[in-house]
Amino acid sequence: MSFTLEGRTGPWEIVVGLEVHAQVTSRAKLFSGAATAFGAEPNSQVSFVDAGFPGMLPVINRECVAQAVRTGLGLKAQINLWSRFDRKNYFYADLPQGYQISQYAHPIVGEGAIEIELADGSTKTVGITRLHLEQDAGKSLHDQHPSKSYIDLNRSGVALMEIVSEPDMRSPEEAGAYLTKLRQILRYLGTCDGNMDEGSMRADVNVSVRRAGEGYRTRCEVKNVNSIRFVMQAVEAEARRQIEVWEEGGTVEQETRLFDTARGITRSMRSKEDAHDYRYFPDPDLPPLVIEQGWVEGLKASLPELPDERRARYVAMGLSPYDAHVLTLEKETAAYFETVARGRDAKVAANWVMGDLFAAINRTRTSIAEPPVKAEYLGVLLDLMQDGTLSGKLAKEVFEAMVETGRSPGAIVEERGLRQVTDAGAIERIVAQVLEANLDKVAEYKSGKEKLFGFFVGQTMKAMQGKGNPALVNEAVKKLLG
Amino acid sequence: MHPTDFSLRGAIEALNEGLVSSVELTQAHLDGIAALNPRLNAYVTVTAEQALEQARASDARRKEGVAGPLDGVPLAIKDLFCTAGTRTTAGSRILGNFVPPYESTVSANLLRDGAVFLGKVNLDEFAMGSSNTTSAFGPVENPWSRKNDPDTRLVPGGSSGGSAAAVAARLALGATATDTGGSIRQPAAFCGIAGIKPTYGRCSRWGIVAFASSLDQAGPVARTVEDCAILLKSMAGFDPKDSTSADVAVPDFAAACARGVKGLRIGMPKEYRLEGTPPEIEALWEQGLQWLRDQGAETVEISLPHTKYALPTYYIVAPAEASSNLARYDGVRFGLREAARDSDLRDLYERTRAAGFGPEVKRRIMIGTYVLSAGYYDAYYLKAQKIRALIKRDFDQAFEKVDAIVTPATPSAAFGMDERQDDPVTMYLNDVFTVTANLAGLPGLSVPAGLDAQGLPLGLQVIGRAFDEETVFAVGAAIETAADFRAVPGLRAGV
Repeated sequence: MSFTLEGRTGPWEIVVGLEVHAQVTSRAKLFSGAATAFGAEPNSQVSFVDAGFPGMLPVINRECVAQAVRTGLGLKAQINLWSRFDRKNYFYADLPQGYQISQYAHPIVGEGAIEIELADGSTKTVGITRLHLEQDAGKSLHDQHPSKSYIDLNRSGVALMEIVSEPDMRSPEEAGAYLTKLRQILRYLGTCDGNMDEGSMRADVNVSVRRAGEGYRTRCEVKNVNSIRFVMQAVEAEARRQIEVWEEGGTVEQETRLFDTARGITRSMRSKEDAHDYRYFPDPDLPPLVIEQGWVEGLKASLPELPDERRARYVAMGLSPYDAHVLTLEKETAAYFETVARGRDAKVAANWVMGDLFAAINRTRTSIAEPPVKAEYLGVLLDLMQDGTLSGKLAKEVFEAMVETGRSPGAIVEERGLRQVTDAGAIERIVAQVLEANLDKVAEYKSGKEKLFGFFVGQTMKAMQGKGNPALVNEAVKKLLG
Repeated sequence: MHPTDFSLRGAIEALNEGLVSSVELTQAHLDGIAALNPRLNAYVTVTAEQALEQARASDARRKEGVAGPLDGVPLAIKDLFCTAGTRTTAGSRILGNFVPPYESTVSANLLRDGAVFLGKVNLDEFAMGSSNTTSAFGPVENPWSRKNDPDTRLVPGGSSGGSAAAVAARLALGATATDTGGSIRQPAAFCGIAGIKPTYGRCSRWGIVAFASSLDQAGPVARTVEDCAILLKSMAGFDPKDSTSADVAVPDFAAACARGVKGLRIGMPKEYRLEGTPPEIEALWEQGLQWLRDQGAETVEISLPHTKYALPTYYIVAPAEASSNLARYDGVRFGLREAARDSDLRDLYERTRAAGFGPEVKRRIMIGTYVLSAGYYDAYYLKAQKIRALIKRDFDQAFEKVDAIVTPATPSAAFGMDERQDDPVTMYLNDVFTVTANLAGLPGLSVPAGLDAQGLPLGLQVIGRAFDEETVFAVGAAIETAADFRAVPGLRAGV
């Protein structure tokens, strides 16, 4: 079933390709030693290279190259042992050199692929065209002074990976799923923190529409969209705009647009005629970037487990594909789950993480990175159920107490005397009292009203404040009712 | 002997022997500058106090026996090298009163070895020019003049005109310079001194205001080949801050000057016999080859078939890189800023760059912007890169047959300040013998070899294999010895 948008004149298919700018996780910038921490005082992380001072020269940061290669490997992509940095020339106040250094003609990473998961459980492969390294620009602040613009160069020179997809996506959902998956892979690899609200990841969205079976029509690029939700909204908004243009007999012009998040529409930023002539040419300050296959192999050998592999492993551990998908979405969730599941029943662990833990996180407005219950404690709780110390019901109670107090399950069990009663003799004595007090019901039961069995069990549990071992209580009731 | 008449090596010996102090040497040069600079305009900035302070410190070091290889030697620094705390202009208005907070690697290396800096010397704006007439700080005058026409003021050549004029007029024992298409060798030839553009990558470009990154290379000018060798030894060396700097050992260049040329094969490229070259330059070239034969070298005619494309190639590649390198002068962070109308950013750029750059710089920015533009890139820039590779291959093939190549340094002697200013292309022809070494990244040395009929100095150029400056110095020293060049310019310190 393919996704279409219904126009006045019939259904339209959407064609989407994404260019994602992902900030490389590294201590220093792409070509200078200046720091890259987010949120620092303006212009406090700027070297003379980043500020474009006379005579300053770029020197490539080896770690940024390694991060790009790791990402390429994670995208199952071609790693180019020879790549080159070009200059993209344009004037802007927050571009100190008057050019951006970017791998325009010869990127370090070539073709790869990402498998995305869709809500209906199906999967789809989206092609990666390329990944290249480039410098970020600084930031212009126009709202600090009535007549002046301020420039913050902290970001100037920070390493970005531009990851370009093939125009393989056909719906807002697919675009969202692609970005989700890409972000997941980057975060698993540790090559980009994926913090879209801090600008560590932003997407340029290329959208066109067409009738079924047609070739591509003209596309527009929606620049700098900074959340997955906005990307999905921008795809739909831009597609609807284009459908309207086509259906009214107009022609979609190739142009750069912006997504107005408040109004949910795209607006023209500049047309093709205004497009810059960037005068790309090889940066003469930098020799071609040559890396060795052996070095790439070394990086490959030390790659962490990726989401697809981890999901497969979880399925092999007995989880459903859905559970495996949910638990691997964020690597922090996966890490939590693995701590809980280590040496325990994986399905039980998954149920607790996805059920009680997720609910507690929502309720307490915390996150998996700072969970309301430590993974180690949840593991111990499962052990207490396993060895019969706690019933399922008591375990829920202990869990809630852990959320409230942050204390260990052992401490809570001791403190509140929640230990389950497994002494068969003691249980039988209580069952006998319950039957004694309800002779009329016993008579009814014996005359065939077997539903009352649950009543006796319930009364017994109540009398034991819920601490009776459910199996033993059942056994005792059955035995005494004879 | 007047202290400004020392060769650089002679000065080091005299300092070592206690015949002269660095303070005396420095003061003598400062006196010379005070007397002659108002006319020559070689220095843009004289750092007299700092120089004397450095000289005193040097004398103290020498007393303690911890003197470096250049300790106490007064030098001039081309105003393209950033010097910490001293204004650096690149000969342009656009840098305004830019005072770098950092020291270029090359000048830092000289300071490390004990050198004294007399000041910053004039140059064509952003090193773009062959006559030192494009400087925002006024033209430099060549200390030499024509025998029969002594009143015509001559250019010192460019872009390192201030460096060459200062050294020729004895206003420094040596100077740093840079060479993108001939900017060391041509002014050295015009001023009757020696100058070497080393192999690309030999000296760090870090802290040197960039003109054309793939061609720029720092080197020394001095009054003898050996003095150049001593200076280059200090200036050169791998610098991790410059990605194009070469990680190769720096040999003892001065020792190589005494090697002799016996058994060397010297190439004479037939394509350098240009129509219109004055006969006396042709004759000097032949004389130079004869001197080398006399000292045991073998001379061979060779072919560098793509030579005729070198100049047009250079005038595509260099402006292309310059147009991008000079984009940073935008009035935003440092240097000149001309206030914009209506707080318009584009207007700020236009006014600042219109006021800040001179006509030659603007011309090259426009040429460079044009050749990189969409639709022209392939026809100009890309084709130029291909020809550049062919020019390099010409040299590779030639160096399979010969150890060094000897050519004239310039197609003429120094010309008058008012001559050749109307047509930029005529001016560009000055680089015809020198640009090839930049395009191929090879070392090229200019050595004074004789005088023309007007009594003006003429130079010969020695080109060598990449990172074989030693052979270049050996051949240059052999020519120097045979030429026995003793002529001195009319304007000089100590007269």
